[in-house]
This record gives sequence, structure tokens and C-alpha cells, in this order.
Amino acid sequence: MFSSDNWKEIFDTIQKNKLRTFLSGFTVALGILIFVVLFGMGNGLINTFDDFFGDDATNVLYVFPGRTTIPYKGYKSNRTIEFDNSDLVDIEKNLAMFVEYTTPRITRGGLVKYKSESNNYTTRAVGPAHQYAEKTIMMKGRYLNSEDIKNRTKYVVIGRLVEQDLFGTKNSIGEYIDVAGIAFRVIGVFQDEGGDNEERLIYMPYTTRQLIEKNTDKIDQFIVGFKPEIGYVGAMALDKSLGRFIREKKHISPEDQNGFFIRNVADQLKQNQQFARVLQIIVAFVAFGTIIAGIIGISNIMVFVVKERTKELGIRKALGATPKSVISSILLESVFITTISGFIGMILGIAVLNFMGDKLKDYFITNPFIDITMAISATVLLIIFGAIAGYIPAKRAADIKPIVALRDE
Amino acid sequence: MIEIKDLHKSYKMGSNTLHVLKGINFSVEDGELVAIMGSSGSGKSTLLNILGMLDVLDEGSYTLDGVPIKNMNETKAAQYRNKFLGFVFQSFNLINYKTAAENVSLPLYYQKVGRRERQEKALKYLEQVGLKEWAGHLPSELSGGQKQRVAIARAMAAEPKVLLADEPTGALDSKTSYEVMDLIQKINDAGNTILIVTHEPDIAKMCKRIVHLKDGVIIEDEKITQVRASQYVQ
Repeated sequence: MFSSDNWKEIFDTIQKNKLRTFLSGFTVALGILIFVVLFGMGNGLINTFDDFFGDDATNVLYVFPGRTTIPYKGYKSNRTIEFDNSDLVDIEKNLAMFVEYTTPRITRGGLVKYKSESNNYTTRAVGPAHQYAEKTIMMKGRYLNSEDIKNRTKYVVIGRLVEQDLFGTKNSIGEYIDVAGIAFRVIGVFQDEGGDNEERLIYMPYTTRQLIEKNTDKIDQFIVGFKPEIGYVGAMALDKSLGRFIREKKHISPEDQNGFFIRNVADQLKQNQQFARVLQIIVAFVAFGTIIAGIIGISNIMVFVVKERTKELGIRKALGATPKSVISSILLESVFITTISGFIGMILGIAVLNFMGDKLKDYFITNPFIDITMAISATVLLIIFGAIAGYIPAKRAADIKPIVALRDE
Repeated sequence: MIEIKDLHKSYKMGSNTLHVLKGINFSVEDGELVAIMGSSGSGKSTLLNILGMLDVLDEGSYTLDGVPIKNMNETKAAQYRNKFLGFVFQSFNLINYKTAAENVSLPLYYQKVGRRERQEKALKYLEQVGLKEWAGHLPSELSGGQKQRVAIARAMAAEPKVLLADEPTGALDSKTSYEVMDLIQKINDAGNTILIVTHEPDIAKMCKRIVHLKDGVIIEDEKITQVRASQYVQ
């Protein structure tokens, strides 16, 4: 079946029937090309999605203070809740099972000056752990550390765009900038995948901010980072325990929804993942449809090819071709063409995806790609189904009595 | 060589049954050149197709070179056709995308003859039919007579025991017809058994025996003195 002589006969047939070869090859190549491009663009869509939501750590809870609405334990309603440093210490102690780190976040705005350049920026007074919560990437210098917190140093870590705005191409490390009237030394420059706004932030030690603000120990809001291994269920449990703990400590009624707020990223993450999964299903559905269309296309062509060859097959049978040799020659021919053109289509598709790169970012398609195993599986699938689709008309042709085939004009 | 006893064949045409061959008894010796004659619908082509294993018989028996041809599956039939029979058709039935030489070597391909030997044999048989220089041409580049000669070369290439020709001159003018008949006579002279279906009396007279068919039965079977085609060929 696979002797070189048979292959020569098959190549010969392929070469001398260019239209037929082109038609079936084109269908398969186009099918695979569209599949690869669509699937890749779907992945690009998911990438964009991940970029939107994936820039911050997902194992964190954000806690914001509020104002009570229900009187409780002798406290009047409409009381402003405030957090202070001791709260964080208590949380870390009491919920040690879950908690990996905590960090305050005190957000202020202010005019920042360096020599003749000045601009308004948001400053965040934070602890060292904030780097993990925000997934801040250091470009140069270092982030705030516990020594800075202890010593209340006047150090800042500035965003990439802050450096660009104030320093131009100059190196900012070691320079002093004026933040709302106080000189801070730049110790690091960071970048953040969260976009331009995230890169226009300035971080300073929260203790320094507290010192500036009349040596208070108040913190606006804080972030609790939990151990990733506790998972979604653990995160939800922590959410509850943390709420109970804060209500207890701050004397807030269990029914009061406004004393404070916890934003649970884990919960959001789950929704996001579900959305991403839906996207993936849609992409898979479209891709599946393309493959089906490709299979139908190649089946049609196989029917046409066999029909066109009925007389030739009749002649061959009259000259001594067995049904098996008729079927195998048709199948080998079609498998050969679909394999070659399938892989051409696949490579073209991957080339198109690579060429696209980030050109379609404005249309929410970032870095489209296809898993090579996925592309190869789809191609192989199409080849197999092409062969199955070819087998049926080939079998029918092989079963036609030569005399009937010979009469076919 | 060929032995047929009480052969019946009918075709279903919707609800009607068309009884085409109604009990044929017929035998052919080695080296004979037989013309099967009859008007259209007499069953002569059906007979030839059954002889060629292109069609199956309903009743009776058929023995080819001592082998009973009965209940054959397609694979077996294909192998027997390849080994025992050569076909020449009215419409030539050459494969249009293959050159003359490739067409001639096709039966050898199915005999699993090696490529080089196939090519040599194809050229040898093309030379015998006088078309060696046309070996590389496609059928579309050949005249009707040339096509039929390629078809004869193809039929001979497998070195069959019997050559079956269905109206081999039906699509040719009389001059070309005589050339083709001249070739067939020469092949017969070399000892090959040949059966020709024709409705042209002058072609039939160039055979050694004429079998007349009418309405599915043999009405006449006579040996004749052969008219040589060479006298009409320059």
C-alpha cells in the first residue's frame, strides 16, 4: 500500500489534476487558516481581559472605613469608623491562619516639584507589603522596606511616568523631590501593568505620612493579603471572619452594612474567571464550527472528485484495479493533499497571528496566539475527517460495476 | 478457452424485467478471431461484458481457460480481468491525463510489475502498434485511430489470454477502421484469441468466425474465410 510505486502513481495523479488538487488543498488550508486565526484572536481577547483584571494580586481583601447607620452597644448611629495601626497588628495576630500580610494605604493628593518641573500626583502611604498587593514591578532602585517604616524615612518610590514627567531622561534615583512642601528622596522607580494612572503614583512609608499628619496612628484603608493556598473557600471564610472581627472591635452592629466595606478580589476573580471561561467557550464554539465547515467542504470536494473520476475508476477497474486499490489511491491522494495544505494553512495562520501581534490592541485583541498542539490537533482532525469523508464516496466508487462506470460520460 | 452453457441475463428496468440473454451456448477455441454480430438490443454487448467479467450472469455457467467464473467478489474479478482479459472499447477509454505510454503501462501497474519494466513493455507494445514516437503524447493530442491503437497496445500489454473488443471501429472512419482491423488480425496471427462485437458486416468478415445474435439467442454461428484488412491499407 505504501510502496514507492504507489506514491509515484499518486504524485502523478496529483500533479496532472491541478484544479482538483488546488480545490481540495485550498479548502483545507483556508479552513485551518481561519481556525488558527479565529482561535488566536479569541485568545487575544482573553489576553486583553487578563490585562484589564490581572494587574493586581488576586489574593487580597481591601477594607474601607464607613459610617455606622445603626446604634449599637450604646454607640450612636452615624459614627465615623476609623482604623489605626493597632487594628492591623490585631488582625495579623488573630487571623494568622489566613493572613500573609497587611498594609495600610493612606491616599493623598499634592503638588510635586522637581526643580522647575511640577505636577499634581496622588501619593499613597503604604507598608512594604503593598508591593505584593499591587504587583508593583521595580525598574530601578528599591521599594520601601521595614527599616523605612520604623525610621519614618522621607523616601519615596515614584512611578515610571512621574520620573518621565519630572526628570525627563535624567536618572531620578537619589534626587530630592518636593511633595506638598516636604523634601523626599527618590529611592526607586516602578512600573505597573495597570496602565498610565498606576504609573503616576508616588509611594511613601505610611509612618512618615502619619508623622507629617500630626503624628497620628490613623490609617484610611488597608489591604489584607491572604495565603493563596487557602483558595476561594478560604478567602470567603476570611472575608467573614475579618468582618466579624472588625464589627466586634469597632462595636458595629452585625446588621449594619455601612460601618465598613470589604472588597473581596477573590469573589471578583471568580466572576472574572467565569467570564473568561464563557469567552473561551464562545471561541471554542466558533473554532469548532470552522472545523465542521472545513470538514463539510472537504467532503463535498471528495464527492465531486470521485464523481469526476467515476469513468477513470471504471477504466482502472476494467484493467485490473481491485476495489481496495481504488479506495486506497483515492484516500492516499486526499490525505496527502489535506496534510500538506493543512499544515500550510496552519503555518500561514500562525504567521498571520504573529504579524498581528499587538496591532489590534485597540480592538481588544492583545498578542493573539494559538497553542501549537491545539493547531496541530485541529489540522490532524481535519485530515482524519477528510479521509473519512473521502472514504464513503471512494467506497461507493469502488463498488460501482466497471460497466456502469464505463458508461458514465 | 471460453465455454458458456445456457447463459441467461436479465435487467430490472423499474417494475419490468428485460430478459436480454435467453440461453446462450457458446465456446471459443484458442487462437480464434470471433465476431459477435447483431442489431442493437440483441444482447451482444451484454454477452461481451459477461465474458469480460464486467457484468455478472444470472444463470448458466462460464468457464474461462478452465477456471469457472462464478460468485466472484470484485477483488477476485479484478485480478482475473487483469490476468486473463484485455479490453478495447468503442470510446477508447484512455485516461486523459496520462500519456500514451502511461496508459499502456497501467495494467502492468496493477500486475505489480516494476516501473522500469513497465516502461520498457509499454514502449514495446506501442512500437507494435506503430506509435512509439507518440509515447509521450496525451490522448487529446492523438487522432481517433491512434487512440484506438494505444487502447489495443494497452489491452495487449497485460498479455491476456483473450482480447475483448466492443465495437472497436465504431467511432472510426472506414480507412482507420481497416488499419485497426489490420492490427487486430496481426495480433490474432500471433496466436491471440480475440472476440469482437460489431454491427458492421465488413468488419465481421475480417474475422474467422461470425456469431449472429438476435433477441438474446444465437441464430447463426459460422466459420468464414477471413478477408485480410491489409489489402485496404496502403
